[in-house]
Amino acid sequence: MYFAIVFLPLIAAIIAGFGGRWLGDRGAQLVTCIAVVISALLSIYAFTQIGLGHQTVHVELLTWVSSGSFDVNWALKIDTLTVVMLVVVNGVSSLVHIYSIGYMSHDPAKPRFMAYLSLFTFAMLMLVTADNFVQMFFGWEGVGLASYLLIGFWYKKPAANAAAIKAFLVNRVGDFGFMLGILAIFLTFGVMDFETVFATASDHTGETFEFLGYQVDVLTTITMLLFIGAMGKSAQLGLHTWLPDAMEGPTPVSALIHAATMVTAGVFMVARCSPLFELAPFTLDVVIFVGASTAIFAATVGLVQNDIKRVIAYSTCSQLGYMFFALGVSAYGAAIFHLFTHAFFKALLFLGSGSVIHGMSDEQDMRKMGGIWRHMKGTYALMWIGSLALIGIFPFAGYFSKDMILESAYAAGEGMGEYAFAMGIIAAFMTAFYSGRLIFMTFHGKPRASEEVMSHVHESPKIMMIPLIILAIGAVIAGFVFYEYFVGHDYDAFWGEALFVAGDNILDAAHHVPAWVKYLPLVMGAAGLGLSWFFYIRRPDIPKALAETNGPIYRFLLNKWYFDELYDLIFVRPAKWIGYQFWKIGDGRIIDGLGPDGVSGAIAWVAGKARLMHTGYLYHYAFAMLIGVVALLTWYGVRIGDVQ
Amino acid sequence: MITDLPLLSFVTFLPLFGVLMILLIRGDKAMVARNARAVALFVTIATFLLSLVLWVLFDPTTADFQFVEEAEWLMGGIEYRMGVDGISLLFVILTTFLMPFCILASWKSITDRVQDFMIAFLLLETLMIGVFCSLDLVLFYLFFEGGLIPMYLIIGVWGGARKVYASFKFFLYTLAGSVLMLLALIAMYLEAGTTSIPALMSYGFDADLQTWFWLAFFASFAVKMPMWPVHTWLPDAHVEAPTAGSVILAGVLLKMGGYGFLRFSLPMFPIASELFAPMVFTLSVVAIIYTSLVALRQEDMKKLIAYSSVAHMGFVTIGLFVFNQQGIEGSIFQMLSHGIVSGALFLCVGVIYDRMHTREIDRYGGLVNRMPSYALVFMIFTMASIGLPGTSGFVGELLILVGVFKVNTLVAALATTGLVLGAAYMLWLYRRVIFGELVKEDLMDILDLDKREVALFAPLILVVLWMGIYPEPILNVLHVSVENLVTHMETALNAHHNIGAIAMEGAR
Repeated sequence: MYFAIVFLPLIAAIIAGFGGRWLGDRGAQLVTCIAVVISALLSIYAFTQIGLGHQTVHVELLTWVSSGSFDVNWALKIDTLTVVMLVVVNGVSSLVHIYSIGYMSHDPAKPRFMAYLSLFTFAMLMLVTADNFVQMFFGWEGVGLASYLLIGFWYKKPAANAAAIKAFLVNRVGDFGFMLGILAIFLTFGVMDFETVFATASDHTGETFEFLGYQVDVLTTITMLLFIGAMGKSAQLGLHTWLPDAMEGPTPVSALIHAATMVTAGVFMVARCSPLFELAPFTLDVVIFVGASTAIFAATVGLVQNDIKRVIAYSTCSQLGYMFFALGVSAYGAAIFHLFTHAFFKALLFLGSGSVIHGMSDEQDMRKMGGIWRHMKGTYALMWIGSLALIGIFPFAGYFSKDMILESAYAAGEGMGEYAFAMGIIAAFMTAFYSGRLIFMTFHGKPRASEEVMSHVHESPKIMMIPLIILAIGAVIAGFVFYEYFVGHDYDAFWGEALFVAGDNILDAAHHVPAWVKYLPLVMGAAGLGLSWFFYIRRPDIPKALAETNGPIYRFLLNKWYFDELYDLIFVRPAKWIGYQFWKIGDGRIIDGLGPDGVSGAIAWVAGKARLMHTGYLYHYAFAMLIGVVALLTWYGVRIGDVQ
Repeated sequence: MITDLPLLSFVTFLPLFGVLMILLIRGDKAMVARNARAVALFVTIATFLLSLVLWVLFDPTTADFQFVEEAEWLMGGIEYRMGVDGISLLFVILTTFLMPFCILASWKSITDRVQDFMIAFLLLETLMIGVFCSLDLVLFYLFFEGGLIPMYLIIGVWGGARKVYASFKFFLYTLAGSVLMLLALIAMYLEAGTTSIPALMSYGFDADLQTWFWLAFFASFAVKMPMWPVHTWLPDAHVEAPTAGSVILAGVLLKMGGYGFLRFSLPMFPIASELFAPMVFTLSVVAIIYTSLVALRQEDMKKLIAYSSVAHMGFVTIGLFVFNQQGIEGSIFQMLSHGIVSGALFLCVGVIYDRMHTREIDRYGGLVNRMPSYALVFMIFTMASIGLPGTSGFVGELLILVGVFKVNTLVAALATTGLVLGAAYMLWLYRRVIFGELVKEDLMDILDLDKREVALFAPLILVVLWMGIYPEPILNVLHVSVENLVTHMETALNAHHNIGAIAMEGAR
């Protein structure tokens, strides 16, 4: 069964990808949708078996790479953490597959799109079912490839191509860290499988080794390197620049890959490696700091963006920050809980915005929307549900998970915990503000689109609405239904060995924080929403005036803190410049100039003197060879003479 | 018994038999060309199948040379001695595997002097297989140097516009290297009194002598690899060579340098190898970063792939000189993988070169609109080139890095930057050639892969994926031979260090 869950999407991808021409559009859509839906249903069954039935399953498949003591197999490891991810990945993926039938109905390359989606699903499943670090890396890079292909799906758009390359490269920078982490793990533990590494991790506390010329703590180094990988995949501050650009891809892709699944791989990885991270307190502090800083950074940028998808993209970035600082304070259950609920409401928001874009003839700029709620009431209601869940209004899903994270941060106390709590609370206010802004700008006010566009505005077809409704149900109920399992009374039984916490579980303390801590996020959410209503419905002149009076700040935020410009200046341009210099001066003038060209100049001069130029180089060489052979033969002649 | 037959000689000289057959072809020009192609294809496939027999019969549980043949030769002056172990067997298979693709790739693109071209290729095949099979210094040298002549002709006769310059550069570099190697060979014979490679491997040269021999061999092998800074012949040679020539150059000839290190430098001069390892690391790391950056700026597709080859070979030389099982097995695997992947990339360039007669990147763009199958094939090999897990490129890189990290984390970290840079130049190339709108007038009616080309790429794709997903059958052939090499080196090095330590004690 577990084999089927993972490989059905791969088989479907191959059939749709290579057989698209014979199957036709409808055939390719059917094959991929059916495969992923079966996979999703099996995942739910697996969830009841493993998660609710408290067991762990291990499936050996094949030897992969073995060399000396290095030995890695293809194998599946299914525990509670895995099945939670299986439900998220296959659940969202199957809905996105179905939604895409409607959304991509005007696209000429449907089989290719469906094949990519299924391929992505397969790679993501390999990632979450991996039983060792190398296989996880396989899934890790595999989702990177699928993401690259899907961002660049509309290959005629230069922006899409650039975004695809950027996503791949920035991720590779993260993978650079992940790879070194893998190497360090092998050096330290001598094995690659999770079980052995985690079981023996505590034997290596306090050990040091030489890394890049410094004597450093082994576990801290390993976890820091792994975290660099996680930062790349999960778009954390510094390696986040690819995520907003990735919105160039079709919207279903944004929902599946850049909201619900792939970008959460970093969170999953840290949770999976909790037995290592728990033994590296310094790394945990770094995780908190990066997570909290990302949460606030992305929220500030999200305040001023005008592209509907970019707002949601920065929101994703910010929410991932929440998950990371939850991991950092050892509230792994809370982080995964937020990952789980976030998958529902963020996929809902993306697919909902896709429905808007679809209805508005591919318009993404919120400044050209407005006043369309009457024309698409279903989408409007669903977007509200998604936004309320994101803001964290009771009883929507986000309320439970986000509160748990903030309470854990508060419970973690001094230093980083306080920082994370403060940033989280402020970001919660901003989240509410930009979510409200998105709804009000898109659906309310006077229509700002051309009359032609407005006359075509329509509600999306059923095939797109049904997945939205299912996600909306999740966004409403996922919080209170699963609360006890993920972070409440059933925590120990539910998670089993899958998550490890050294010392007391922070979640216990989090349940006993003062009342004001529990209510503050809700208050912040309501206040942010209220302010956005005031700004964009009541007094729409205020935002404009604010932007004008605070020009520098506004531009700073609008330009995303100038990260892209900075990276271009310190990485991209120097690399190109150095490459050119190495080529023209290093290879051209120095090596060739002093080497072959210099020698040839000299030879030509000598040869010219000797009038031998016309014989050509071939003969020179043959002649040299001949001399060699003659010398050898002479030598052997001499030797034979000696012997006789 | 089939094992009693001189199988290695059969494999080695079967292509030469093909040469004979081609020479016997008579008739008008078109007829001769057609028959020459057919014979060459038939013979190369037969050679490949025969070499597979070697693989099947090969016993991977011993490090000894197998299928050994010995005979007196040249008035008893030189021993004709052939044999393979786990290391060389795979290079033989690589050579015989790539050869039919070269013939197929030249099917339509070579129209001038077809008969001669096929002869040159078959001759080249014999000489290349001979390099990997010979167990005698003299025999090795003859094959090693002899192989340059047909290659030289292939570039010089069927090459592009600047073929004279390219073949001259090729000649100058390799000549410099081989003269030194020849001197070392003679000196080694003087010292050890034998030209038998197995005997020399266990001879144990003096530490001082090792240094000189090592340097002499290094001069030859470093040029072949090629290592920075003696790499500049490669981009020119590739650019001017016909497609099939590039495939063999990248696929097999570059591997002779790596093979040479494995067969001579490491086992025969372990002390010197250890001594010079830091230098090799430095040159290799420079190669990876330097040539990757240079590759980023190339305007010619073949040059770009040529520079990427130098970077990939940087990985190989690092892996060889860490002297542990993962590093060396990784290096060998990387060489095999690179042989196929870069060969395939050159074939990819050849496909559009045949249609448009230019390799300039700017002349292309948006090919996916007209050539979806081609785009897919190119994508797969691009991913293999940047070492995506699941393709052959990953396995070798992973093992090398595992091996290096044990020895030197700084080298490992610097080499790992190749992961990022490699992705940068390959994806940038892919984007400029394949993606975008199809706007250039002359590309409007370019045709997608035909049946011959699909047949050409399909087996290569399967092999690249197979090597990436289930490399066990290949690694299994290597294990014992590499383990033996590593133990041999460790013993020699330990003995050397002990002597040094004792001397120190004595001095005290």
